[in-house]
Amino acid sequence: MVVMKMKFPFEKRVKLAQGLWLLSWCATVAGATTFTLGCLLKTELRRRAEVMDNSDVHIVPNTLMIVGLASLGINYFASKICQDALDAGRFPRWKNFLKPYFAVSSFFTVLMLLAVIMSYAMKGSLESSLKAGLRNGIRFYKDTDTPGRCFQKQNIDRLQMEFQCCGNNDFRDWFEVQWISNRYLDFSSKEVKDRIKSNVDGRYLVDGVPFSCCNPSSPRPCIQNRLTNNSAHYNYDYQTEELNIYLRGCREALLNYYMGLMNTIGAGVLSIFLLQGSVLVSLRFLQTAMEAVAGNENTEIETEGYLLEKGVKETAMEYLNPVLTFLLLKNQVQEGTSDEAAPAAP
Amino acid sequence: MAVLKVKFTKTRRDKLAQILWILNWISVVTGVILFSLGLFLKVELKKREELMAEKDIQYVPNMLIAVGLIACVINFLGGKICYDCVDTTNFLRWKLIMLPYIVCTFFFTLCVLVGALMCYSMHWELEEALNLGLTQAMRFYKDTDMPGRCFLKHTVDMLQIQFQCCGNSGYKDWFQIQWISNRYLDMSKKEVVDRLRSNVEGKFLMDGVPFSCCNINSPRPCIQQQITNNSAHFNYEHQTEDQNLWMKGCREALLEYYTHLLQSIGLTVLITWLFELSVLTGVRYLQTSLENMLRQGDPNSESDGWLLENSLMETARTNLSIIKSLGKGNQIDTADNGDPNIDVPSTSKAHYGPDNVPPKQKTETN
Repeated sequence: MVVMKMKFPFEKRVKLAQGLWLLSWCATVAGATTFTLGCLLKTELRRRAEVMDNSDVHIVPNTLMIVGLASLGINYFASKICQDALDAGRFPRWKNFLKPYFAVSSFFTVLMLLAVIMSYAMKGSLESSLKAGLRNGIRFYKDTDTPGRCFQKQNIDRLQMEFQCCGNNDFRDWFEVQWISNRYLDFSSKEVKDRIKSNVDGRYLVDGVPFSCCNPSSPRPCIQNRLTNNSAHYNYDYQTEELNIYLRGCREALLNYYMGLMNTIGAGVLSIFLLQGSVLVSLRFLQTAMEAVAGNENTEIETEGYLLEKGVKETAMEYLNPVLTFLLLKNQVQEGTSDEAAPAAP
Repeated sequence: MAVLKVKFTKTRRDKLAQILWILNWISVVTGVILFSLGLFLKVELKKREELMAEKDIQYVPNMLIAVGLIACVINFLGGKICYDCVDTTNFLRWKLIMLPYIVCTFFFTLCVLVGALMCYSMHWELEEALNLGLTQAMRFYKDTDMPGRCFLKHTVDMLQIQFQCCGNSGYKDWFQIQWISNRYLDMSKKEVVDRLRSNVEGKFLMDGVPFSCCNINSPRPCIQQQITNNSAHFNYEHQTEDQNLWMKGCREALLEYYTHLLQSIGLTVLITWLFELSVLTGVRYLQTSLENMLRQGDPNSESDGWLLENSLMETARTNLSIIKSLGKGNQIDTADNGDPNIDVPSTSKAHYGPDNVPPKQKTETN
């Protein structure tokens, strides 16, 4: 039972070939665009790699780059095939090439769709990666003398100023971490000793934040220290004060930024997927229509084109059978040898 | 004796015309580039106009924009002329316009040169404007409740963060102005009242700076208050500490940025000027060789092309006398003491039409 049969008179075949040629060049440009978008996303993710715990989310830009390169090749061949399609003498040389070509092209087109789905699905993984990365960044903020961590302070400060955020969930994360190194604490001072003694782990915790949390849009000079103490500052109520420091957490800010980027890219890649799909479908119709012409002396007869000769299930089995027999054949050989070996042994 | 005479065969003339056609179109593109550079400079200056005092520095980008537009028009016309110069019949159309066109283009290239030089000379005016502007901005830093000045705090903070600078000449400028508004000072506290009293003008001055002066690269948390007091902070000496705050002054930082920009733009304009001059020279050679060819009468003949027909001094003298005689157009001839009734015979030879026969004197017969 043929899937999607369509009649193709000569003029329609010619028009299909011409339209397909143009479409395949558009799809080549689209493929290059996909590759560029993948590179862009990877660069953006790498820029903030210090605040990400794992690089699981990199699978999205990697897939986009692979698919972009593959589609360049696919569309190049598509344009070559449809150029030869109308010439009955040159078309038969593509005969053996087309079956694997369609298999590979369908695989990469489906991969494109998977990349789009992944860009939406990776949100949870990205969030947990950012959570762990930011927690470490804040914890090692004070370790500017430890090799390997000496740039954490700079990175966190720059991040907070650029994304207009403070802390992991919000600014209170800084209250739970000692962000002032012991090198700059005067241990002979009574106040410092008291504060360290009052903490279980012997850490110097303050209700203050680094200067990078300060909001430049605030009408008053920035209040960084004793944030929760209303009486320490004139005309100040920390519960209603919104403009003094950034209230947003950096995890939320970064997540919004990256999800926005991936959503935009996802939308673009989805439209490129539709374009690529239409190229492949048109090529399939052209191929089947031209194959019906082969052998006839009159090349201008009306022919039928279809998507699949048999039903979907049968075609799938047809493609999978070689793969399965390859695997099954291996098993059969092994069984055969073990049968031979068993009677030989005793 | 002609200046820089070159012989031109017919093929050489045609090739010159074609090359000039292409070069003129390239010049149109460079005109567009000049226009966009002027626009870019205008936008960059406008972005920071709050930090610049009311000095007239907008004339530089305006000049570049005007020059860019005029360059497009002139070179477009030049392209058309050179395209027609290949064909002798078409050249006759442009014959009369070519010399005024060349003169105009010559003065225009002078304008381009002036534009390039202005880019380099803007440096000093800009420095003064920035000095005054930054002083004002820092003075009004605290006035976030006054309309018209309420965004200066944000502007100055963002400037110091972006350009990694502090204050006008350095961070000590903040010690001399009150940057904390009275709204946030507790006047009931003894310390505040003492500090206000100790100052002649009643200003609350302190040795502290805003948070935007903090250096990101510092290994220790930022020290903003009591900067000159070594004992107020552990393991701190303010004379040797150079990583705590930004050490550069904002005037220097901004000036560096704009000077770099202006130098690049000035260089581009100079290169454009040289290109325009070479195109103009080519057009002049083309014009003189075509005119000489017409004088000789034979379109396929060899002709001379030159920059100036006579030497520079003679050309200057003749042009000056032409300009002088233009000015004398309304003056009366002093040969007859200004009396219009006396008939002064003409000294030039009269020309009586194509066959040069004087008209018959009409005699009145009574």
